[in-house]
Amino acid sequence: MKLLYFAWLRQKIGKAEETLEVPAHVKEVGQLLDWLESLGPNYATALKERRAVKVAVNQDYVGLTHPVKAGDEVALFPPVTGG
Amino acid sequence: MIRVQREDFDIGAELEKLAAGNHQVGGVASFVGLVRDIAPKGSGVESSMTLEHYPGMTEKRLAEIDVEAQRRWPLAATIIIHRYGTLAPGDRIVLVGTASNHREAALESCAFLIDWLKTEAPFWKLEEGPAGTKWVEARASDDARKAAWKK
Repeated sequence: MKLLYFAWLRQKIGKAEETLEVPAHVKEVGQLLDWLESLGPNYATALKERRAVKVAVNQDYVGLTHPVKAGDEVALFPPVTGG
Repeated sequence: MIRVQREDFDIGAELEKLAAGNHQVGGVASFVGLVRDIAPKGSGVESSMTLEHYPGMTEKRLAEIDVEAQRRWPLAATIIIHRYGTLAPGDRIVLVGTASNHREAALESCAFLIDWLKTEAPFWKLEEGPAGTKWVEARASDDARKAAWKK
């Protein structure tokens, strides 16, 4: 699974992207965030305030119950502030 | 038309293109977003804004917002140009332009596009000013403006 991080999530996690082998029990976005939190203090800090973390799967905005699978592009970012 | 680019753009040239060769167009509306100086006036401090985006998804979302505007109003042409990278106070960030036979459609769709773009398009602003750097937070009032168009 390809993970992308933007804005302060990128800064807190310390990288812009990575490809991870996600365990089989991770089937939804919410489970993915829980699992990522367990990878280290940088992930835990970045994902602590869940309400501020938005998710896109394959470039579409999704909710916490959206399915994820190997090969997906999953992006984590704060609420957008363009314009 | 959608463009996401580092470079600046020429407002006059872009707006002129919207109605070029189409004499059914009766009005062109536009919005230009600029970088505000967050340093106090006369402080001598240089401020800047860096825009980050999600290549691929940003263009995709902008194209969807554009399609939605075309669905709601009879538009002859539209343009959305959004910049990324580090910009200085006064620099242009975004151009939204709409052309239609009548002014209501042009003006309303232009306001719609910028309101939707603010809450839908994946861009993030990092401000650098006298107090250091800070990510701009999304504003509830922007969500409310977007929601108002649902009606």
